[in-house]
Amino acid sequence: MGIFATSPKARAAALVAPPLIYSLLLLAFPLVAIVVISFWTQSGLNLDRTFTTANYREIFSGPIYIWGNANRWGVLPLSIFVSATVTLITVALAYPIAYFVSFVVAPERKSLWLFLITIPFWTSYLIRVFLWKVILGYNGVVNTGLIELGIIQEPLNVLLYNLNSVIITLAHAYAVFAILPIYVALEKIDRSLLEASQDLGENRFTTFLRVTLPLSVPGIVGAVLIVFIPTIGDYVTPELMLGSGGRLMSNVIQTQFLQLNNWPLGAALSIITMLAVGIVSLLFILLNRRWLRGRA
Amino acid sequence: MTALIQLRGIHKHYGDYHALRGIDLEIRQGEFFSLLGPSGCGKTTLLRTIAGFETPSSGTLMIDGKDMAAVPANHRPTNMVFQSYAIFPHLTVAENVGFGLRREPMSKDQKTKAVAEALAMVGLSGYGTRAAHALSGGQRQRVALARALILKPKVLLLDEPLSALDKKMREQMQVELIRLQRTVGITFILVTHDQEEALVMSDRIAVMFEGEIGQMADPETLYRRPNSRRVAEFIGKMNILPGQVGMEGNRIVVDVAGLGRGAVETDQAPGGVVPGNTSVGIRPETLGVLFPGETTDRRVAEGVVDEVVYYGDMTYYDVRVPGVQQPLTISMKNIIGRPVLEVGAPTRVVWDERSLVVLSR
Repeated sequence: MGIFATSPKARAAALVAPPLIYSLLLLAFPLVAIVVISFWTQSGLNLDRTFTTANYREIFSGPIYIWGNANRWGVLPLSIFVSATVTLITVALAYPIAYFVSFVVAPERKSLWLFLITIPFWTSYLIRVFLWKVILGYNGVVNTGLIELGIIQEPLNVLLYNLNSVIITLAHAYAVFAILPIYVALEKIDRSLLEASQDLGENRFTTFLRVTLPLSVPGIVGAVLIVFIPTIGDYVTPELMLGSGGRLMSNVIQTQFLQLNNWPLGAALSIITMLAVGIVSLLFILLNRRWLRGRA
Repeated sequence: MTALIQLRGIHKHYGDYHALRGIDLEIRQGEFFSLLGPSGCGKTTLLRTIAGFETPSSGTLMIDGKDMAAVPANHRPTNMVFQSYAIFPHLTVAENVGFGLRREPMSKDQKTKAVAEALAMVGLSGYGTRAAHALSGGQRQRVALARALILKPKVLLLDEPLSALDKKMREQMQVELIRLQRTVGITFILVTHDQEEALVMSDRIAVMFEGEIGQMADPETLYRRPNSRRVAEFIGKMNILPGQVGMEGNRIVVDVAGLGRGAVETDQAPGGVVPGNTSVGIRPETLGVLFPGETTDRRVAEGVVDEVVYYGDMTYYDVRVPGVQQPLTISMKNIIGRPVLEVGAPTRVVWDERSLVVLSR
């Protein structure tokens, strides 16, 4: 292998070449293709390859995708709202769990607890979504249980096939992704800082507010990003849990690509979604920067 | 002066481990008190007990006449400088120093002024807006000091505050701490494993071993009259020789193997006299080497230089004296006209019974 005998730079280039080609082929190329296709149009079964912003104009002109109307939100804001709600619920529930494992569980038991937390991930995502259908369905666990207890007479309809069920399912599915970064941030906090705060007159609650919480912000921001970004693009859960009525962004994109065979519009919708996610993520990263400033 | 801090029969158990074994202690107002001992002796546990981070298994702790049993750390009139300094990394220097002022009934201007004064006191004027992580070790320690002293505690607790600093910085901070303590008049309790640091800084020192106080005294007494072998070995260098001790009338007489007999005063046996075999301690600087041409009216033993360690200002000789079990370590000042002896040179060792310490325990 002559190349390995040459300069260190050439050797480094040779070593990174395979993964570089891999990521170019599988990440950069499809992305560029999506961008290019989004500026084309569909004409019957063929793609019209003249450059046009028609797809974007369609997205921004009608009420369906962005603006909505009096009765209905636009799909994109609705998707962002659902993701934001899921993120809020997931992080709010994950924080106490991460706090418990980091501060209450004995050090030698921590890995056991983390292991237990990951157990739901041993089952496939699809099966977990179906399990939630079983739990929330018309004759599901929740309804049957509530009827047996005499709390309700008729099964509740609000549990399944609406945004509630999507939010519940996603919040459960992404719990671990929120717990772990928060746990890591909490583990990194020097415990003598908490004692110092107590020594300076703060009780446990005010110590939490003034020391623990601010120092765990990087973990919270990480958790928010890790939950928010994939949930906005999640396709399976809304597809299975929303029923016929509602559509979220991922379902709309899927419909354009695979059912209506309108790739250019689907591509443009994907770009818009990516930009929206990008902007929200950027805001959080800037927030993270602010908190990371002044850290050793 | 009455005792500001009183500890009575403090015990601390961690499961089977008996960390503190009956500590009785009184610390006076305005005193610079040190807890000295090897690692694992319980000195930090004792300090943390006073701070309120550890609850004693039994015994009482009084600060300023009040029982502290039911008082949590955040309500005690103590403040602590942590070994790691525990500077809040998300706050600036000024925010760190002013952290404890939140509950104080002061206006914002008063607080700003108090923070500036505290920073000035530790020589960090103008550092207020700096991020905490941009500080050196010595500066962090000053911030920790200012943060604790700004609350004007009755007691300042220092947990090995100088151990993370280099030698030069440590010596400078020792002097600064002593000066600071005199200025503010607050009682300081220092935990250290560095005997020199304790001797330099303290009014009184409690030497701890395995959860107990071995000896509690002022630095000079501790150094000159250690009450037991372990205290003598822990503090400074000490020749420890086998000997015999006994009473002749009301005089204590010591026979040091190889050196000879001598009468000693009562205070030279601070641990008491148990007639029979004993250990006798002699500090290296109380022995002397008689150089050619010098005479003395003190007692002399013939020997041969076994080892020479040259320190610049001092030379340490190990001198073998027939009949003495191990070579005697002797430190000599390198004054003008005094040569440094070679290994193997015959020499005479000067000693004096007034410098002997009987170490029965």
